[in-house]
Amino acid sequence: MTGLTKKRLFWPVVALLVLLLGDLIASPSFFKIELRDGHLYGNLVDILKNGAPLILIAIGMTLVIATRGIDLSVGAVVAISGSLACLWIADHPDGLGATLVAVGLALGLSLVLGVWNGWLVAALGIQPIIATLILMVAGRGIAQLISGGQIITINSAPYEWIGSGFVLTLPSAILIALAVFVLASLLVRRSALGLLVEAVGGNPEASRLAGLRSARLTWLVYVFCALCAGIAGLMISANVHSADANHAGLFIELDAILAVVVGGTQLTGGRFSVGGAVIGALLIQTLTTTVYALGIPPEAIMLFKAVVVLAVCLLQSPAFRRRLRRRPPRPGQPAPAPAPEKVEVTA
Amino acid sequence: MSTELLTMTGIRKEFPGVLALDGVDFRLFPGEVHALMGENGAGKSTLIKVLTGVYGVDAGTTTLAGTAVAFGGPGEAQQAGVSTVYQEVNLCPNLSVAENVCLGREPRRFGRIQWGPMRRRAEELLARLDVHVDVSAELSTCSIAVQQLVAIARALDVEARVLVLDEPTSSLDTGEVEQLLKVVRSLREQGLAILFVSHFIDQVFAVADRMTVLRNGKLIGEYRTADITPVELVTKMIGKELQVLETLEDSGPTRAEVAGAPVLLSAEDLGRKGGVEPFSLDIHAGEVVGLAGLLGSGRTELARLLFGADHADTGSVKIDGNATSLRTPRAGLDHRIAFLSENRKSEGLVEELTVRENIVLALQASRGWARPLSRRRQDEIARKYIKTLDIRPADPEALVGNLSGGNQQKVLLARWLITEPRLLILDEPTRGIDIGAKTEIQRLVTQLSADGMAVVYISAELEEVLRLSHRVVVLRDRKVVAKRENQGLTADDVMATMAEGVQA
Repeated sequence: MTGLTKKRLFWPVVALLVLLLGDLIASPSFFKIELRDGHLYGNLVDILKNGAPLILIAIGMTLVIATRGIDLSVGAVVAISGSLACLWIADHPDGLGATLVAVGLALGLSLVLGVWNGWLVAALGIQPIIATLILMVAGRGIAQLISGGQIITINSAPYEWIGSGFVLTLPSAILIALAVFVLASLLVRRSALGLLVEAVGGNPEASRLAGLRSARLTWLVYVFCALCAGIAGLMISANVHSADANHAGLFIELDAILAVVVGGTQLTGGRFSVGGAVIGALLIQTLTTTVYALGIPPEAIMLFKAVVVLAVCLLQSPAFRRRLRRRPPRPGQPAPAPAPEKVEVTA
Repeated sequence: MSTELLTMTGIRKEFPGVLALDGVDFRLFPGEVHALMGENGAGKSTLIKVLTGVYGVDAGTTTLAGTAVAFGGPGEAQQAGVSTVYQEVNLCPNLSVAENVCLGREPRRFGRIQWGPMRRRAEELLARLDVHVDVSAELSTCSIAVQQLVAIARALDVEARVLVLDEPTSSLDTGEVEQLLKVVRSLREQGLAILFVSHFIDQVFAVADRMTVLRNGKLIGEYRTADITPVELVTKMIGKELQVLETLEDSGPTRAEVAGAPVLLSAEDLGRKGGVEPFSLDIHAGEVVGLAGLLGSGRTELARLLFGADHADTGSVKIDGNATSLRTPRAGLDHRIAFLSENRKSEGLVEELTVRENIVLALQASRGWARPLSRRRQDEIARKYIKTLDIRPADPEALVGNLSGGNQQKVLLARWLITEPRLLILDEPTRGIDIGAKTEIQRLVTQLSADGMAVVYISAELEEVLRLSHRVVVLRDRKVVAKRENQGLTADDVMATMAEGVQA
């Protein structure tokens, strides 16, 4: 099991390291980390901090994808969650209490949205891509209704802490993402949740006949995913001190799906890796940071991303690796003995 | 029977942790039917896949008509004249018969399919197999037997010299088997070399000229059918003297004993539209109830209602005298009812998970996600059942999708046995598995019944049902037509009831 996980995370990790190495060569000061006013600054810190919302969403998305689903609505949930929290704080600008209420409201609404997605998928049996497309489209509208079509700017130190605060020299966003990651990992691997999710994703009917409550489980992962998106929404709006219903979390669902796939979880469901998704998210964030740090024109980000992701996906593909390793046998000669390779789940 | 058409020498194939084939030789003459025999996991399927290029080999050579070959895949093999028909019919049920026969080789002009020539081509090919059906009909409207023959016709469309038939008869009834064997014989007359794999010993003896026996990936020998008896063959396949099955009957509880035992489950007018008409049935603790009926007679549907896989439209169920409803499999599980589906792949296994994970799945489901079985406990359970049921390879971390059919069946049995069910429903537990495993499963049923577990046993093989059951329930056209004590009951009696629906 450990061998398999290691193997599965191997290529994404290699890609991440290669990218960082490239950064180091191109810009020797890339790895420099400074301590200013008791806070850490530097490109590596930036990657983690700016990548935190994506990491959160990728964690939630991993579980959804493991059940053969997909959640396109996370970007919309980001916008809704941020808008609601900022609206409350703009009306009640009195410190910690208001922040707690705002966070509570936003996460509560995210849960409700997750329940909605889960209801469409698990109870009504609508295909996940369609079911979550509804909220993806409608969600931006809801966010605009909440914000009244304006960008809500706020000024609340406790709320901004979520996105840009520090704890013991480390940005709080990193710690929040780390906490969710640890929690999620413990939840899926220490309880039986991971096994049950993989079983449902691997063969829903067999799982049902084995007595699994697959519908309930499916519902649960959509709620969890929306909750992760809600936290990410708070983080993003807190970081920029404002809620932008149109642009907050735009296209983040696509980055999250990419992160999950790069991390070795297949869209066909089944085996998943939360750690892989985090590495995938970091890889995508590193790309963005690299582009800015190296002065590559930002217009090239998308293309640059696509190239790196393609490379990782190819390296993960058993068929591609096999083709690299051996040439097709010529007729009249016995086939060369293929190296004993592990039969992979991710075949 | 002049020169060898196909020769495989010293074939060796290793998978991680399993040596699937070890120095196997195999040869095939034109105009002969050659049976490849062996238990599940003996290496039959692997050898076929090596031959057709699905797998590469680690050592050994293959020559076809004097030239060394190493196919890169089934397509290449077919080009060279080696066609394969697999156990599960690999056709598209939503396309027409003609489309299925010519799929990928449709006669075209300027890229447009020429439907007329295609239909004629399909008709010709099917006529060669003595099949006369409307080739523009959708394949799903044809019987399984016709579908199987369509698959063969498709394999013959290219100039085939070698035809590989992997378990072609496993889902056919007696008459259909006869038709298929007739086709096989006529193809032999036409000079084809046919590699025939089947678990049915009598079919092999009826059609094969020669047989090669494999055991645990090793070649045991090649024999002419005339020189070997069925008992000798089976002995060679399983490597030990066949246990005498007749003694089984005496080891379980008697009919009188189970009739006196308390009623475990009582179904009254239970039925489901389109599934099975309302029936009533009492099942006593320790009783083995056999369900007999043809395919589509409603025997599976009845079993599914008893478990909760489907929920009933009418009627009621009492368990230990208390009314309850079995609306979901979970409800069945909570009442300690277990259901082994006949569809291992689609309704049983989660193929990408390991043997261990598949075994603990139902138990874990009944505990809920918040109360996980510790890894140590899982390993303990998996190892215990791998040993008890002799699951091979004996590796709890092997992917269940890589196991052979019989071993997969044992994994599923283990999954249900660890939930300690009071009622175990087995739907075709011995289909597509070898004699050794069949015997083991039947012995297990007798033993479980002696321990007080009630068993509902469904099998197309009446001898099995009669050997094990205390009572036999006969179904016909989705209706229970008879419930009979298994006393002096013969297969012919049951068959007559199945066929004619005579109320007993």
